[in-house]
Order: sequence, then C-alpha cells, then structure tokens
Amino acid sequence: MSEDNATPPAQNEQDEPTSTPVLEPGYTYASVTDKISAITLSRGTPSGWWIGFGLAFLLVMVLLFAITYLLAVGIGIWGVNIPVAWGFAIVNFVWWIGIGHAGTLISAILLLLRQQWRTSINRFAEAMTLFAVACAGLFPILHLGRPWYFYWLIPYPNTMGIWPQFRSPLVWDFFAVSTYGTVSLLFWYIGLIPDLATLRDRSQNRVGRVIYGILAMGWRGAARHWHRYEMAYLLLAGLATPLVVSVHSIVSFDFAVALVPGWHSTIFPPYFVAGAIYSGFAMVMTIAIPVRAFYHLEDFITLRHLRNMAMIMLATGLMVGYGYLMETFMAWYSGNGYEIFMQRNRMLGPYAPIYWIMLTCNVLMPQALWFRRARESVPLLFIIALIVNAGMWMERFTIVVTSLHRDFLPSAWGMYYPTIWDWATFIGTIGLFAALLFLFLRFLPMISIFEMRELVSETEGGQDSQVRETTA
Amino acid sequence: MSPTRAPAQTSLYGLLAAFTTPEALLEATRHARRAGYRRLEAYTPFPVEGLAEALDFRQTHIPLVVLLGGLVGGVGGYVLQYWINVIDYPLNVGGRPLHSWPAFIPVTFELTILIAALAAVFGMLALNGLPMPYHPLFNVPRFASVTRDGFFLCIEARDPIFDRAETRRFLESLGAYEVAEVEP
Repeated sequence: MSEDNATPPAQNEQDEPTSTPVLEPGYTYASVTDKISAITLSRGTPSGWWIGFGLAFLLVMVLLFAITYLLAVGIGIWGVNIPVAWGFAIVNFVWWIGIGHAGTLISAILLLLRQQWRTSINRFAEAMTLFAVACAGLFPILHLGRPWYFYWLIPYPNTMGIWPQFRSPLVWDFFAVSTYGTVSLLFWYIGLIPDLATLRDRSQNRVGRVIYGILAMGWRGAARHWHRYEMAYLLLAGLATPLVVSVHSIVSFDFAVALVPGWHSTIFPPYFVAGAIYSGFAMVMTIAIPVRAFYHLEDFITLRHLRNMAMIMLATGLMVGYGYLMETFMAWYSGNGYEIFMQRNRMLGPYAPIYWIMLTCNVLMPQALWFRRARESVPLLFIIALIVNAGMWMERFTIVVTSLHRDFLPSAWGMYYPTIWDWATFIGTIGLFAALLFLFLRFLPMISIFEMRELVSETEGGQDSQVRETTA
Repeated sequence: MSPTRAPAQTSLYGLLAAFTTPEALLEATRHARRAGYRRLEAYTPFPVEGLAEALDFRQTHIPLVVLLGGLVGGVGGYVLQYWINVIDYPLNVGGRPLHSWPAFIPVTFELTILIAALAAVFGMLALNGLPMPYHPLFNVPRFASVTRDGFFLCIEARDPIFDRAETRRFLESLGAYEVAEVEP
C-alpha cells in the first residue's frame, strides 16, 4: 500500500514539474533570509498575534489557578480514585508526549533519509516537540500527590539513605522523558545558532543585537566550524532516531509491564510509536496550516509539504488501525476471559461511545487521504488533522480508563468521571502550549534560514551555473 | 612561523576578501592553498560542500568525542544501577534476582544517548572555540553579510608568506569584489 501511495506524487512531478516544488522559484540567499528574519525583526507584532497570545495567556492563567488549587488541597480535586487511579493526568501525559514525537522524527529521521522537504517545517516541529514535552512532563509530576518531591526520582546521594528502584517502569519513564526533553532542546538550539547569528547581524536595535548576539555565541560561519557543526548535527540526528523510538516504547511499558487486561500486551511499543508519529504529524499540520496562511509563507511551506505529511498520516493511521484490530483479535484468540471481557466492555460498556468515536476519528476519517483531491485541499487537511488530534486523545482515554475501571474482581469495579479541575488542567496545558508557540513565532525564526539558503543553492542551480561559468 | 615584516603589519589580523557565490569562494580557496597560503579561513552563510576539504581540513574529532560520551553514558549508567540496586540498596521483590539485567537496559540506553548527545553539542562548541564574544572579523562592517549572502576568504597576517600589498593583489586577482583590512 505504501507503493501505491508513493507513485502518484512521482507521476505528478513528471506531469507538472512546477506545480508542487519544495520552494517556490525566484528566491535568492538574501531574499530568503530577509523574508524569514523580517517576521521576527521588522514586521512588528500583528494584532492577530496579540489576540491569539492573549487567549493562550488566559488559559495559562487557568492552568496556574488549577495547579495552585491542586498544591493547596491535593489530588482529591481530580476525579481519580480506586480503581481508576490514573485518569486524565496519564491520558494527557501520553497524548502530549505522543505529539512531541513528530518534531524529532521530522528533524532527525527525515534528515538521515535526505528528505529535502523537511527543511521548512523542521524548526517549528522541533519547537512544538519541546513545548509538548514540557506540557507532558507536568502531568506525571502533578499526579505524584506531593509534586514538590519529584526530584526523588533522580538517583542522588541523600540523607534518607534510599535510592530509586530501577526495576520500575516509572523510573524508566522519568529517564526517557527527561533525556528526550534534553536532547530535543539541544537539537533545537544547535539548529538555531546560525540563525541567531543572522538575527544578530540584521537586528536594527541594540537590545536585539545584544540578546541574539549572546545566544549566537559568536558564530561566524567559518568553514571549519561548519564542518564540525554538520558532523555534530548528523550524529545528533543519528542519536535522536533510536531515542524517539525508545521514548514512546518506554511510555508503553508503563502499561505493558502491568498485568491489567488490555495493557499486558507485546504489541504496545510499536503501536504506541506509530500512534505518536500519527498524532505528532496531525499537530504539525494543525499548526502549519494557519501559520503559513497568517504569515504568508505559502512559498516556503508548499502544498508538497502538506501532501507529504498527509501521506505519513495515512500510513501511520493504518498502522494504528492495525493495532486496534490486533488488540481485538488477540483478546479473542487468547481465550482469556478477562481479555475478552475487557474488549467487549470497550465496545459495549459505559465508555463505548468514546471507543467508537475514536475508531471513526483515527481509522475511518483519514481514509479520505487516499484521494489526491483530499490531500491537496488545505481546509480539508486542517479538519482531518484536528479530528486525528481528538481521536488520539480518545485512544489514550480508552487505554487508560476502560482497562482500569473494570479489571478482575467485579466487586472492585467503578466509574471514572473527570472533574472541572481535570478539564481546567488539560485545557490549561493547551494554553501553555499555544502561548509558548506564539512567543516562539514572534521572537525566533520559525523556519531554518541557513537551511533555506542551502536549499536555494541546490534548487536554483540554473542561475548559479551561469555565474560559475563566468568565474571559472 | 612568526612574521618577519615591519611591526605595522603585525597590528593587522588579516585581509578579508568578499565573493558573490560559493563557487567563486571555493575556487579562490583552492588557488590560495596552491599559492602556498596556510593560515586562511573561509566564511559562508551556509555549509558549502568541499570547502573544508579545500582548506585541507578533513579530520574532525567530533565522532570520537561522541563515541566516548556514549561509552561513558552506557557503562556509567549500567554501573550506577548495579551499584544502587545490587550493592548499596538491595531490595528483595518477590525473590527475584537483584541483578535483573533486562530491567536495567532502558535506563542504560537513555543515559548512553543523553551523554553522547551532550558530548556532541558541547564537544562541537568547545572544538570550535565557542562561545567567543569578540572576534576581529566583526570589525569589518561588510562581514555582517556572512549570515545572509556574503562569502568571504580571510588570509591571516600570521601566515608565513603574508604580505599586505602582495596578498591584497593576489586576492583581487582571484575575483574578489572587495578586499578589506581586518583590525585585530
């Protein structure tokens, strides 16, 4: 099916070579630099930015209020209890960390595969990763009960004379998420250094020159520096590739190592990784489509980018669909009464509507992407991306809640209902994510400028060859 | 190696030649190497293929640094867990072996990646001598375009065959549209 998927664009390029390039023609090193850096330096702050940032900031206040109340009163304000002790906190944690996977995938894996189209979307996909991991990291910490002791997870010599238990998946999780956050930050910052130097050199005021100058660390584009830089960047990409696969695998161990029906399954690691990439690309699409329209970046983020992302969504969506199918099949094939009951409870129990909406959102709706017309319709892609975001959230809800609420003993069954504080914390993190993203779009180059210059030198070869003939 | 010219020349960092295309810069760098210049550096707004080789800079220690970082992270991570869970703080959980190595793999893996990535980033910065707040080249106003569309070749004054007038003539003959003197 992937071959069917790959042939239409190839034919497409032969038929109409200019219809969907990675970069619209006619750009030079200077114009590409000016257009991207102007968004940060000289175009000012559009009123739309203030409205968006203002709304996001309000939600951040909601988050801070919810967290303050939580710290004052305790996690009894949430709907979690026995038997469902994990609730929204873990649902949102897995959802956010999954979204965070697309950034590294685009930056690292597509770099190693030499996919040129990654260039104009990698920067904000990486930023999105960073902010999603920040939102994700909040939830397990808040869920601890006494969040101010979260540092007990770090193995450090302490006066209590105790150490973390390294045979616990929750400790693995701590190492996986903090490593992922750190490596994503390094990857993002390393990519930013040459662009920060551009902003330093093009900034019109002293404050900008000083701040961007400090952040650029004196980068001056020396050939030897570039050589080491490229080597370090390539190796980082090589390190981040197994890392991105390991992180969601380890998150899935939180479930798979437990004995709860519906969790104790070997399909979890690959199924979680595919789901993470799926939701991550959906989020990149959700952000890229409005941003390219608002900042008029259609020349840089072309239909080709959106179409390729749509195809990755379709492929990973099919893998996720296969995961659902196998879960159901294995429940039946195992002959285990608890597994069979769990699956029937998902489909027909009190949370059945969420299961069926999830299947509609994650499996049925993305089938539209088989059609070229759907892949080239920007509004439709945006709607499908939103639907997938919602569907993936429901998947995590299904996994966490429907497995826990009716496990082995009917006498221990119970229902889980989120409270207003669950919702406030969840919506608050969406606000935090959006607010950080707005600040990023305003103050840092949202597209990698030096990689776009590189792209100009590769794609505008026709113009350069004339110069080459005259100089040589 | 020390310049044998008049003291006036030692107060110069070097001569900076500006080019319009990466190809012209690459060609000029090769010519300069062939002419015997050794203390020279090219500056570009994006990595230009072949430029480091033209400067005869092939080997970088980055891969070795990253390998060492990965080894430290991996071995250190495993030893840390072994020492904590087997020697210093043994916990009997259902009679399972204290040294249950498969459970130690995830953290070992993550720490391998973490330390290797830190080594890649900080190793690259250290080998490049960054952060460097001041550099003589920043005194040349035109050099600001190195982060936009400027391609530069700098021959440093400490080069044994550097000569203020001769080197300037040489750089102009390579097709530079401007040659600037760089104050130290």
